[in-house]
Amino acid sequence: MLRYLLGRFWQSLVLLLLVSVIGFAVLNLAPGGPLSQFTLTPGMTQADLDRIASQMGLDRPLPVQYIDWLAHLLRGDWGRSYRDGRPVLDIIWEHLVATLLLMGVSTAIAILVGSWIGVLGALRRYSIFDYAATVGAMVALSIPTFWFGLIAIYIFSLRLRWLPAGNMYTIGDGSLGDYAIHLIMPSVVLALVNIAVWSRYMRTATLDVISQDFVRTARAKGLSSRRVLLRHILGNALLPMITLLGLQLPTILGGALVTETVFTWPGMGRLFLDSLGYSDYPVVMGLLMMSAVLVLVGNLAADLTVAFVDPRIRLS
Amino acid sequence: MTQSDFLIPTHTSQRWWHSRSVRRFARHRLAMFGLVMIIVLVLACVFGPWLLPFDDLYIDLRGRFSPPFTGYHFFGTDPLGRDIAARLFMAGRISLLVGFAAMVISTVFGTVLGIAAGFFGGRIGTVLMRFVDAMLSFPNIFLLLAMAAFIKPSPIMITLIIAATSWMEIARIVEAEVRSLRERDFVVAARMLGLSNSHIMFRELLPNAIGPIIVAATLTVARAILLEAYVSFLGYGIQPPLPSWGNMLNGAQQYLDSAPWLAIVPGAAITLAVTSFNFIGDGLRDALDARSDML
Repeated sequence: MLRYLLGRFWQSLVLLLLVSVIGFAVLNLAPGGPLSQFTLTPGMTQADLDRIASQMGLDRPLPVQYIDWLAHLLRGDWGRSYRDGRPVLDIIWEHLVATLLLMGVSTAIAILVGSWIGVLGALRRYSIFDYAATVGAMVALSIPTFWFGLIAIYIFSLRLRWLPAGNMYTIGDGSLGDYAIHLIMPSVVLALVNIAVWSRYMRTATLDVISQDFVRTARAKGLSSRRVLLRHILGNALLPMITLLGLQLPTILGGALVTETVFTWPGMGRLFLDSLGYSDYPVVMGLLMMSAVLVLVGNLAADLTVAFVDPRIRLS
Repeated sequence: MTQSDFLIPTHTSQRWWHSRSVRRFARHRLAMFGLVMIIVLVLACVFGPWLLPFDDLYIDLRGRFSPPFTGYHFFGTDPLGRDIAARLFMAGRISLLVGFAAMVISTVFGTVLGIAAGFFGGRIGTVLMRFVDAMLSFPNIFLLLAMAAFIKPSPIMITLIIAATSWMEIARIVEAEVRSLRERDFVVAARMLGLSNSHIMFRELLPNAIGPIIVAATLTVARAILLEAYVSFLGYGIQPPLPSWGNMLNGAQQYLDSAPWLAIVPGAAITLAVTSFNFIGDGLRDALDARSDML
């Protein structure tokens, strides 16, 4: 077990290193680069640009810049924002909670609704419900998240006036209920795609479990079908879903970016777009790295959870 | 072995459209619906702009914000008074073309990389697949935006960037497929005949892995159209006055209350196109017996 844990941890580290190379390459090989913010200043000459480049250390060879950047990154120094000079890590930290809140609530909704649809579809295979769920899932996967958000705002805020159209809270009212009301629409909109994915996989997983011997044994013992469903079928069908949750993380995080934009949610996604608008390289770089770190940590956590929860897996 | 049926008819008298896969695909109602919708959409985008009385770039400030069915403005007009139907069809040309081209590029790249990784295996395979894993660790919208923000966004660049962030799934699928085929008898036989590596990879292995590739490619079109819409909606994709389905939605949010058709019409077109490609992909998956983890 310990060996597996260490191996998995080691793999993640190697992957993280690769991720940092790719992230660094994407931003530094792009035409313009971090200097582009200065080129628009009136009266800027090439000599000035060269001087700024050398001040910022941008005239060094790329590999040297990379090593230097990585060394700072590992020491917790993610650079300073070009916009207000604050440490990048602090800025990201402030926006991380909002994003994690949105992702967490939305994932909880997706798991509950998606599992329910998936299990019901599997139990009543080839019924009208099953067919509708299959088609519905494919349509849900095809709806652009931002468009679904706009339609939801149009119906529930502008026409019915039930829910606020955006932001995380009403200024001057920081009560829990106020937060909750602001959370409903963005989290449901973000959940849609994941409900679709989750219900498809849950249906397959349930069908796999239903035909197993231990389910027949449980039924033969005379257990109530409710108990068989909850303990034997659900318990086993949900196991592979933990891995799926880890694999879905990039999609959820990407979806959160779009959802945050539509609902002016003060999270990492909005920060990312704002920083792009200002060519704020250090923040963009930091967010790119942070998103990959979240994904890798999430995947590692999912794999480890499966290893601990599933007694059939004896990893060594 | 339905995949090889599809490609290499065992009886020379049997035409490909008589094959079991084609018949199974034709019986798949959703897939046929998707195919018909795509054909209708493509025809509308090709011929629509000629049939409408308005140019997609013609600005008419007196007629701005006309609701749908005002005169010949079937879908209304936008904040500059341009006809939305005309823009929708012109945008469709660009969005569909970008989606299709991005699919071709990413499929070719992903397939070549996947075959190489699966065939050579060992250290080369590990390095290539770790690279794929690393690329997949980024949420692709983040990566896409980071690339798009710092280049001059032309349709060609957007296509290349979308392709650069969506070849990984195909590479994974092909690698797994090739790895499972590598030790099969026909490959061993080909090796014994002294055929070159490239002959084995592209003439022996590729035809046997074509089913999953076709399915994944179809789903990649759907995803590429969505990605274009996302980037353009966020303002970093196709730039106005050139219309795309995504950038038509770009300013729609601020007029949501007074002119909801600005948002509804292009979004519906995106949903229709993407749904259709997903339906076709599902039908192909059933017809070609190709399991794939791509949804």
